[in-house]
Amino acid sequence: MSENFRIEKGGLINRNKKISFKFNGKKYFGFEGDTLASALIANGVHLVGRSFKYHRPRGFFGAGVDEPYAIVQMNRNNEVDPNVRATEQELFEGLEAKSVNCWPNVDFDIGAINNFLGKFFPAGFYYKTFMWPRSFWYKVYEPIIRKAAGFGAASIKHDKERYEHKYEYCDLLITGSGPSGLASAYAAAQNGAKVILAEDKSRFGGSLLTSEVTIGNQSGQEWAEKIISELKSMPNVIVKNRSQVFGYYDHNMLVMSERVSDHLPKTEKYIPKQRLWYIRAKEVIISSGSIERPLVFGNNDTPGVMLSSAAKEYLKIYGVLVGKKPLVFTNNDSGYETAIEFKKNGVDPIVLDTRKDPNSEIIKEAKQLNINIKSSYVVVTAKGYKKVKSADIAKISDDKKNLSNIENIQCDCICVSGFWTPTIHLASQSGNKTKFNDEIDAFIPSQSKQKETTLGSANGIFTLEETLKTSFEKGSELSKQITNKENNVSIPTVVEKKSSNHDKFWCVPLPEGKNYKRFLDFQNDVAVSDIQLALREGYRSIEHVKRYTTLGMATDQGRTSNLNGLQLVSDIENKVVPQVGHTTFRPPYSPVSIGAIVGREIGKHSKPTRKSPMHYWHEKNNAVFVDAGVWLRPRYYKQGNENLFEASKREAKNVRQNVGVCDVTTLGKIDIKGPDSAEFLNRVYTNAWLKLPVGKARYGVMLREDGIVMDDGTTTRISENHYHMTTTTAQAANVLSHLEYYLQLVWPELNVNVVSSTEQWAGAAIAGPKSREVLQKLFPDLNVSNEGLPFMGYMEGNLFGVNAKIYRISFSGELAYEVNVESDNGNYMWEKIMEIGKEFNIQPYGTEALSTLRIEMGHVAGSELDGRTIPYDNSLDGLVSKKKDFIGKRSLSKTAYIAPDRQKVVGVVPLDKKTSIPEGSYIVKDAKAKLPNPKLGHVSASCWSVEYDNPFSLAIIKDGKNMIGQKLFAMSPLKNKTIPVEIVSSHYVDPKGERVRS
Amino acid sequence: MLHIKCPHCGLRSQNEFSYGGDASVKRPELNKEVSDQDWDNFVYLRKSQRGKHLELWQHISGCRQWIKVERDTFTHEIFKTLKANEEV
Repeated sequence: MSENFRIEKGGLINRNKKISFKFNGKKYFGFEGDTLASALIANGVHLVGRSFKYHRPRGFFGAGVDEPYAIVQMNRNNEVDPNVRATEQELFEGLEAKSVNCWPNVDFDIGAINNFLGKFFPAGFYYKTFMWPRSFWYKVYEPIIRKAAGFGAASIKHDKERYEHKYEYCDLLITGSGPSGLASAYAAAQNGAKVILAEDKSRFGGSLLTSEVTIGNQSGQEWAEKIISELKSMPNVIVKNRSQVFGYYDHNMLVMSERVSDHLPKTEKYIPKQRLWYIRAKEVIISSGSIERPLVFGNNDTPGVMLSSAAKEYLKIYGVLVGKKPLVFTNNDSGYETAIEFKKNGVDPIVLDTRKDPNSEIIKEAKQLNINIKSSYVVVTAKGYKKVKSADIAKISDDKKNLSNIENIQCDCICVSGFWTPTIHLASQSGNKTKFNDEIDAFIPSQSKQKETTLGSANGIFTLEETLKTSFEKGSELSKQITNKENNVSIPTVVEKKSSNHDKFWCVPLPEGKNYKRFLDFQNDVAVSDIQLALREGYRSIEHVKRYTTLGMATDQGRTSNLNGLQLVSDIENKVVPQVGHTTFRPPYSPVSIGAIVGREIGKHSKPTRKSPMHYWHEKNNAVFVDAGVWLRPRYYKQGNENLFEASKREAKNVRQNVGVCDVTTLGKIDIKGPDSAEFLNRVYTNAWLKLPVGKARYGVMLREDGIVMDDGTTTRISENHYHMTTTTAQAANVLSHLEYYLQLVWPELNVNVVSSTEQWAGAAIAGPKSREVLQKLFPDLNVSNEGLPFMGYMEGNLFGVNAKIYRISFSGELAYEVNVESDNGNYMWEKIMEIGKEFNIQPYGTEALSTLRIEMGHVAGSELDGRTIPYDNSLDGLVSKKKDFIGKRSLSKTAYIAPDRQKVVGVVPLDKKTSIPEGSYIVKDAKAKLPNPKLGHVSASCWSVEYDNPFSLAIIKDGKNMIGQKLFAMSPLKNKTIPVEIVSSHYVDPKGERVRS
Repeated sequence: MLHIKCPHCGLRSQNEFSYGGDASVKRPELNKEVSDQDWDNFVYLRKSQRGKHLELWQHISGCRQWIKVERDTFTHEIFKTLKANEEV
C-alpha cells in the first residue's frame, strides 16, 4: 500500500531509509524516525482499536504519552508486549503489532454490540448489575468480566528479555527537554552542577520542534539541537532520551524508565530492553510541559477527531497529514498554528473558533493566508462510524447556550484545541499543594513540599520569552546554591507570535432532540451523561465520582480527561473547579512494565545463593540440593536409582550403625569477645552461663521478650573472654541483630563485641558409633577418648597441616563431633574425612537424613521452634533458669504460658506402623466429629524412623503431657487422609541420651 | 525511599537499614519486680503516632549500628538522627 498521506518534503524522518512493518497482519511501509502511529496515519490507517466499554472504533487522538486510544499488542523477538502506545512505539524493520480489545478483528468487532446496548451500561453498571443473584458471581459474572476486562494480553511465558536497575545521584534532575528543560539544564551545567536531563520521546526539544519561533538567530529546532549537543559534551551532564520520569517519591527520590531497546528489532546480548533509574536529586526541575485539552462535542471519539497539537506534530515531525479535508475546532490561538501548517502544505482547513471576534498576530496571518475562519462556531457532532466523514457544525449564541444554523460539512478529520493543561503529575506526586489558576482554567503547582520547581508551560507559562527567562534564571539559581559557582549565561532574544486569551468554553450543548454521546474520558468511555448520572445518584466527592464512573483511571491517568471532568462536576454542582479539587495523582505517570520494576532480581537472582566450600564435592557425588535459607545444601546423595526416601533412609541408617558426615557449614556462627561475654550470654540465654569452663560447649535457648523461643544452638568458651556461638541456619542474621540491639541500646555498659563468622568456618559433623575412630585417625596426636574429649568438650588440633577446632556436640543423638576449619580448607578437610572414614564405611548424609535423625531423637528444630512456642512447649523446661533473669523471662509467667493444659511436643506413631503422617496434619480425638472438628494440635515434623523401621512424627498438642498413651487420629484434609495414631514420648530413640555420652 | 543520615556513615538509602520501632521504649531493668501491666506495655503496646516519632533503625547493610531517627510519620521528614547513646 502506498503512503497517501505523506507530504513530499519536510519532517524529521529519514526518507532515505524505508522500513516495512505489519499491522493486523497487513504489510505497510514507513520511514526511519516514524512512530507506529505516524506510519499508520501516513498509510491512511485510522482504525487501530476498540474502546474499553462500548467497543467503539478507536483511532489516534494524540502523538505521544497523551494518547488514550491507540494501544496495541507488540510482537518482537518472539515475545509479546501488551498495551504499547502506538504513538510512542518507534518504527523498526519487521515490527509486528495488532489491535486489542476486539474480536474477531478490529474491523468487525462483536463486542461493538455494547455500543447499541449503551443504555444498559451506565456509570456504575458493574456495581449495580452483578450484585444478584449472589451465587452467579463465581460461576457466571466473574469469568465473563475477566474475559472482557483489560486491553492487551500478557504473555504466560517467562520473559527472556533483560531489564536492569541503576542508581544515580545528581544535583539537578530535569524532567523534559522542551524550552524550560533545555534552558535550566544549560544554566545549571554552566555552573558546574551534576545534571540529568530526561526526555521521554526519542527527540529532544519538546515544543520547539513544532513551533514557529526564533531564538537568537536560530529557529527553535536549531537552538534545541545546539543546546543538546553542548550538554552532551559536558562531563557533568547526563542526557537521556526515551526516558520517562514516572514517579516522585520521598526524599527527592525519582524513578525513571529508560526504553533502551524497545525501538530496535531485537535486544542485543547484555543490552537490556529497559532500564529503571533510581535517581536521588538534590533539586528537581519539572519541565514536563503541557497537554492540549479536548473540546467536548457529540461523538467526539470518532477516529479522525484528534488534538490539534497532535495533528501539527504529525505534520511537522513526520511529514504526515492526518487528513486532507481538515476541520480545526478551537477555543484559543493554538488551533490556528495547526491550520496554518495545513495551508502551507496545500491543504485547505476550515477553522471553527468558539470566540466571537478573536484577534491576534497569528489570526491575522491565518486570514492573510485566506484560511476559512468561522467565529462563534462549534462542532455539534462528528459523523461517520469508523472514520470522520463529516461534521454537523453550528453557530453558537454569545452565552454559549444555544445553537443555530446547524449545517453538515464534509471533512475527514477534526483537530480540536481546548487550550492547555499543565502536566503537574510529578509535582503533585511530590506533595506539592497545587492551586487552580483561573486564567488558564487549570491547576498549577504551588507550595512545594520537597525540593522541586516547576517551570514553563507545566507551570502555566505559555510564552516562550518568559519560559526561557525564568528557566535560565532558575537553573542558574538552584545550581549556584549547590556548587557555589556562577557563570552567567546571556538570555537570547525570542521572536514569537503573541497569543490572545482563550475562551473558557469547553462543552458543546446538545441540539434539541439529539442525544449524542459526548466523551470526556476517551480511554474508559466516560461520557458527559455518565458523570451527570453519578451526580444524580448522589456522588459528590470527585474521588468517588472517579471510582464510580472510572473517569481518569487506567493507563491514561486522566491526561486529557481530567479537567473537563472537573469542569462538568463543578458546572452541575454550581461550584468552582478549585472547590471540587482534583483527584490524587499517583505514580506511575505512565505505565511501566513489570519486568523493569523487577529488574535482574528474578529466579535465582532474586536472592544470593550461598554455597559451602564443599559444594563441588557434593555436586560430583550426586548430591540433590535443597534451598536452606539463602544456602544450597545437599538433601541427599543419590546412589543408583534411589529416590529421596530410599537414599535418606540408607544415609540415616548408616549414621546409626557406622558413621556419617554432614556438611554443617551453613550453621550461623557468631564470634563473641570481651570481658563481659559470660554475663551477656547469661542474659541472652535461658540457662546459666557464668560457670561454663574454658574448653566446654553448652546448649542454649534464647527467647524474644514475649517469651517465644527465638533460636537455639551451642556456644563454646574458647578462652576466658572468647566464645563461639552457633545459631540455626535460618536465624543467623536475626540473632546477630538481636545481640547487637541489646549490646548497643539496652546494656551498653557491657564490654562485649559480636561479629558474624559464619562464612569464615567450614564445618563437618561426623556422627555415628564409629565417629571416634574416624576422629582419632584424623588427629592421631590428640586424646579423643571419652575422658580426653568428653561430651560437650572442645579442643583444637592439626588436621594434616591445617588448624582445626573440634566440638563434641551432637544433633543426630549419636556420638558425634563437629570439626571446623577455615573456609578455604573446607574441601581439604572433607576429602580427608572421606578418605580416612572409608574403612569405617563412612557415608555423607544430607538434610533429609539429618531431619530423620533429629526427629526420632525428639530434638526440636525450626518446625517446632516456629515462633509460636515457649520453652515449656518444647520440653526444654530444664534449660529455663529459675534463679537468674534473662530476655523474655518475665513473659514466661503469663497465665496462658503456665496453663496446665498448655500445648507440648509429643511423638506420634501410626497404629498400623506403616502409614506416614503428612506434616501439617491435625490431631483430633474423633475422626468422625462434625466440622469444624476441634483440633488438639498439629504434626510438626515426620520421618521414617530408621531405628524402628516405621513412621514417626513429632506433634505439638494441647495438654500434651497427659496425652501420652492415648489413641487419637491424625487428619490431613489436604491429602484426604485419616490415620489412627498413638501418642508417645517425643524422645523415641535413646530417651536417656546415653549414646552422645558414650 | 527515605534518605537516612547514619550518624556513623552519612546519608544512605533506606534499603540499607532495617526498622526497629519506637526508640522511646525502655526495657525494664533486670532482676526487678515488674507488674503484669507494665510488662505487657513494654512488650506489646506501642503508639501509632501521626507526626514526630523517635524511632530505631539499624544500619544493617552498613556499619550495623542501631541509630535513633526522629521522623515525621506523616510527611516522612527526618529532623534528626542520633547515635544509640545520644538523647534528643
